Amino acid sequence: MTDYNFAYLDEQTKRMIRRAILKGLAVPGYQVPFASREMPMPYGWGTGGVQLSAAVMTPDDTFKVIDQGSDDTTNAVSIRRFFERTAGVAVTEETQEATVIQTRHRIPETPLEAGQILVYQVPIPEPLRFLEPSEVETRKMHSLEEYGLMHVKLYEDISQHGAIATAYAYPVMVRDRYVMDPSPIPKFDNPKLHSPAIQLFGAGREQRIYAVPPFTKVVSLDFEDYPFEASKAEGACALCGADNSYLDEVIMDDAGHRMFVCSDSDFCTTRRARGHVGTEGVPS
Amino acid sequence: MYVAVKGGERAIDNAHALLAEKRRGDTSVVELSVAQIREQLSLAVNRVMAEGSLFDPDLAALAIKQAQGDLIEAIFLIRAYRTTLPRFGSSRPIETGQMACTRRVSATFKDAPGGQVLGPTFDYTHRLLDFKLMADGEVPEAETAPPRTEPTPHIMDFLNTEGLIEEEEAHDDTPPDLTRVPLELPAERPLRLQSLTRGDEGFILGMAYSTQRGYARNHAFVGELRTGTVPVEMEIPELGFAIEIGEIEVSECETVNQFKGSKTEPPQFTRGYGLIFGQSERKAISMALVDRALRWKELGEDDVGAPAQNEEFVLYHADNIQATGFLEHIKLPHYVDFQAELELVRKMRAEAQTGLQEAAE
Repeated sequence: MTDYNFAYLDEQTKRMIRRAILKGLAVPGYQVPFASREMPMPYGWGTGGVQLSAAVMTPDDTFKVIDQGSDDTTNAVSIRRFFERTAGVAVTEETQEATVIQTRHRIPETPLEAGQILVYQVPIPEPLRFLEPSEVETRKMHSLEEYGLMHVKLYEDISQHGAIATAYAYPVMVRDRYVMDPSPIPKFDNPKLHSPAIQLFGAGREQRIYAVPPFTKVVSLDFEDYPFEASKAEGACALCGADNSYLDEVIMDDAGHRMFVCSDSDFCTTRRARGHVGTEGVPS
Repeated sequence: MYVAVKGGERAIDNAHALLAEKRRGDTSVVELSVAQIREQLSLAVNRVMAEGSLFDPDLAALAIKQAQGDLIEAIFLIRAYRTTLPRFGSSRPIETGQMACTRRVSATFKDAPGGQVLGPTFDYTHRLLDFKLMADGEVPEAETAPPRTEPTPHIMDFLNTEGLIEEEEAHDDTPPDLTRVPLELPAERPLRLQSLTRGDEGFILGMAYSTQRGYARNHAFVGELRTGTVPVEMEIPELGFAIEIGEIEVSECETVNQFKGSKTEPPQFTRGYGLIFGQSERKAISMALVDRALRWKELGEDDVGAPAQNEEFVLYHADNIQATGFLEHIKLPHYVDFQAELELVRKMRAEAQTGLQEAAE
C-alpha cells in the first residue's frame, strides 16, 4: 500500500506526537495535550494508542495487539491488520517476541523487558474526571498537586463499603507527583506498572498523551490501615491450571455453570504448550 | 471441554462482506449513482460537507452512498479522508458581502438594498406527502429573475451606521486550527465558531433551542440569513497576488440580540454569527444563537449557569464523531473490567451478608 505514509500518519504528525511523548517521559504521569488526528477508526476504539504506535513504530519492529488480554478479540485483530497493511511490520502473538505491544485493559502476564514499549489505549485520561467534570478545574488541581478530593473519595468508599470500591482504572501516584489513571486495567495489573519497559498512554478523543518511563516509582493509592490489594477471582485457569494469572469468567451452559480462564491468551497458550493442563483442558 | 473463543479474523471478513451486500439492497432495484445523491439529496450532502469540514459535493455524496445514508457515518468517512490531505496553504477570508445570493431574508427590516429573496425554501410548503413523487419526479421549470450582478451589502451594516450595534473589528490574525492544535480552554471566539460550524446539527440545535426557552435567553432576531456562492481566493507567493481557485456555497446568519448594557458598554444591540457550508439554515441560525450565548463573559453579562453558556460543555460535546465513537465503543468487550467489578460486588455482598447475620445474632 503506497497511498499512505509508513504507519499511516504523515511524518509531520509523527514528529508532533513524538514531541508529546518525550515531554510525557520527561514529566512522568503528566497529561500532555496533543493535536490528535482523526483516524480511520472511531474515537473510543483505540485512536490514541494507534497514533502512539504509529509514531514509535519502525520497519524493524514486531507488533502485538491485545484487547482484554487476547490477541484474537475483534478490535485487536482490526488494529493489528491496520498496521500490517499500512506499515508492513512483522506481527506476533508472543509477548516476549514483540517490541511494540498495543493494549486495551490489560498488562501482559509475561514480565516485560527493557527495550519493549507498551502502548495503552485510554478512554478517559483524567483520574479526577468523575470527581470533577471540568477539564479547566482538573488541570488546575494537578498543577497545584491538589489531590484531597481523591483521598476523600477513597475514604468515603471505605466508610460506606468497608473497602475501596474501585476494581479497575485504579488511580496511582507516579514518582510522588502526579495522580494518574492507568487506563481501565484491573487493579490486579497495577503492580506491573513498575516495569523495565517504556509505557505510553494515548487518549485520542481527549487529546492527551502521558507516559511512565522504565523503573519509575508507581504507587497505587491507599491508606496505611487499608493497604492496596491486587485482587483477582479466586481459583485457577481451567485450561492451563495457572493460579497466578488474571481470570475471565465464562458461562458454560443454561444452568449458569461457570469456569475461569486466563484473560491473557498468549500466556495461557504458552503454558499449555509446555504441558500444563487445567481441570477442563486437554493435554496438547 | 472448553476451547477459548477464536476466529475474530474470519468473523470480521464475513461481516464486511455482509455489510456490502446489505448496502446494495435488492439487486433487482437500480443502483443509486453518486451523481444522483449529489443532485437529489443535496441537503444531506451539505450536512456531510459542513460537519465533515470538507467542501467536496462528490466525495460527500460518495460517503453517503457508502454509509447507507447514515449521515454521521458519512461525516466520519469524510473526516478520516480529510486528515490525510496535504495542506498547500490558507485561502483569503471569503467576502460574504460579495455573495451571489440564491436566498436572502431579514426578520428585522421589511426591505433593504438588495431586497428580500425567498429562494428555494421549505418554509411555506405545506408538509403534505406528495404521492406523485412515488410515480415520477418530473417538475415544471421554475420562473427565474435575472441574477443581481452588484454586491449585496450586509443588513447589519445599516444598524452599524447609527452605532446601535456593537462594532465588529476586522483584524488579520490567523485563526487557530481546531484540527491541528489541541483544544485548550478558554477558547477565543474564532475557535468556538470553528467548533460550532463542524459540530453536530442536532446538538447545536438543541443548545440554541434551550437559550430560546430561557436557559440564558438572549432574544435573537434574524438580522439576515443568506445563502449563495462566494469565490475562494488564494495568495500565490510566486505570483504575488491572489487568484480565484473555486467557488463554495455557504449559508450565513447574523442575529441581532438585545443587550441592556453593562458597566463598560452602553445599551446597544449585540451580534451572534453563524456560517456554514452549503444551504443549511437551521444550523446557521442555531450556530448564531449559541455563539451569542457563549459570549456572555466578553459582554460582561451574568453567568446564569445555563448549558449554552458553558464553553467547556458545548465545545467538548458538540462533535458527533467524537461522541458517537465513544458512545459506541461500549459495544467492545469489557470482560476484564466487568470481571473486576463482578468480584468486587460479590465480595462486598458477602461482607454485607456477614454483617447482617452478626447483627441478627
